Amino acid sequence: MKKTKILIATAILGIATFVAIAADHIDAPAVSGGTSDITDFYAFQGENTSNIAFVANVQGLLAPGATGSASFDENVMIEFNIDNTGDNVEDLVIQALARDGKMYVFGPTAPSQTGLNSTVATNAANQLVADITPYGQSAMVASSTGMMAFAGPRDDPFFMDFAQYSEIIGGNATSFNNPGSDTFAGSNVLSVVVEVPKSMIGGTGTINTWVESKRKQ
Amino acid sequence: MKFNNIKLYAYAVLVSVMTFNCSNDDDNNGGEPMDTDFSGTYAQQDQMGRPAVNTVFVSSGMKDAFNTTVPSQQSASFQSMFETNLTALSPAYANPGDTNALGLDAPTFTGLLATDVLTVSLDGTTTFFDGTNVLTGRTLADDVISVELLLIFGGEDGTENPGLSNDNVDANDKAFLTSFPYLASPW
Repeated sequence: MKKTKILIATAILGIATFVAIAADHIDAPAVSGGTSDITDFYAFQGENTSNIAFVANVQGLLAPGATGSASFDENVMIEFNIDNTGDNVEDLVIQALARDGKMYVFGPTAPSQTGLNSTVATNAANQLVADITPYGQSAMVASSTGMMAFAGPRDDPFFMDFAQYSEIIGGNATSFNNPGSDTFAGSNVLSVVVEVPKSMIGGTGTINTWVESKRKQ
Repeated sequence: MKFNNIKLYAYAVLVSVMTFNCSNDDDNNGGEPMDTDFSGTYAQQDQMGRPAVNTVFVSSGMKDAFNTTVPSQQSASFQSMFETNLTALSPAYANPGDTNALGLDAPTFTGLLATDVLTVSLDGTTTFFDGTNVLTGRTLADDVISVELLLIFGGEDGTENPGLSNDNVDANDKAFLTSFPYLASPW
């Protein structure tokens, strides 16, 4: 009886530890595991080296069996923020919103206001609409005026032995294993990928960039 | 009565013509944004610049606050918490003059991290760290966790705490694509 209780307590502790997870997966109580939970953010030079690709992943740790029914929340805006003047305030945004099986991309464009609240830049000169790729189908890519957009489920590109990290932080281990074990192996995320010409976001130099999820009020 | 009916009929025709014109305009625009509701205000819930920053350096209880603080104010609000948590993880940082492999001491390193933005070069290689370039972007294949572990635990030359400075998971479980959208197809 006592042993069972300890086992249950250990299991609960294990789950609680596992849930405090990773790159930005399930990082904070208000978004944990919900439709606005950003799991990861990438920004890199594209295959066409005149371009930068931005990647935002949401809704992490999707098992293959749960991926087909996962969908973007139409009340959640995914917003890439770009500061090209070095003050960590966004000068340009790229907004992505799902509507009825399509991902609408507005920008890069100057936001009507900076900070925590946004309205949709429906008048942006740069716009693109991509069909959201259903699970099991090849990637459907929209392109226009040098921009490209994709939205849909993908393999989670993040890799880390998060389980062992948790053991170390929890005081149950003193080092990583070699080889380690990728806690994110075999899991999927919902991805938004937008590639834009560098000329649309400053052309040269260095930008500061980050991604936000914002919910309709 | 009859006159009113005619007026009503005329009004109905007018409305239907106007409606027809509107939808015609929409078609000419490629349509969708005009047909779809994008009204209202969207308020921030989550944000992210560099990987694992909120998870590792922000104390529980403050994680939602970190997610809803604009980057230009994050350092002022969170740098001292980051420094406390870094020193708790890796006590050597408490020694005066102790730095990591980038030559950053605890206040400088946490000052950099607390402003959670990803710096990206528009002029060449983009990588979190590739042995030469540091913090010029983040590609899918970058082993960002090992880089961060090395900077947290590895000391000045990366040799301290070898059991903690690499998780020994160096690559993704699926190959990335060379072309857009770059991420591998789902499992």
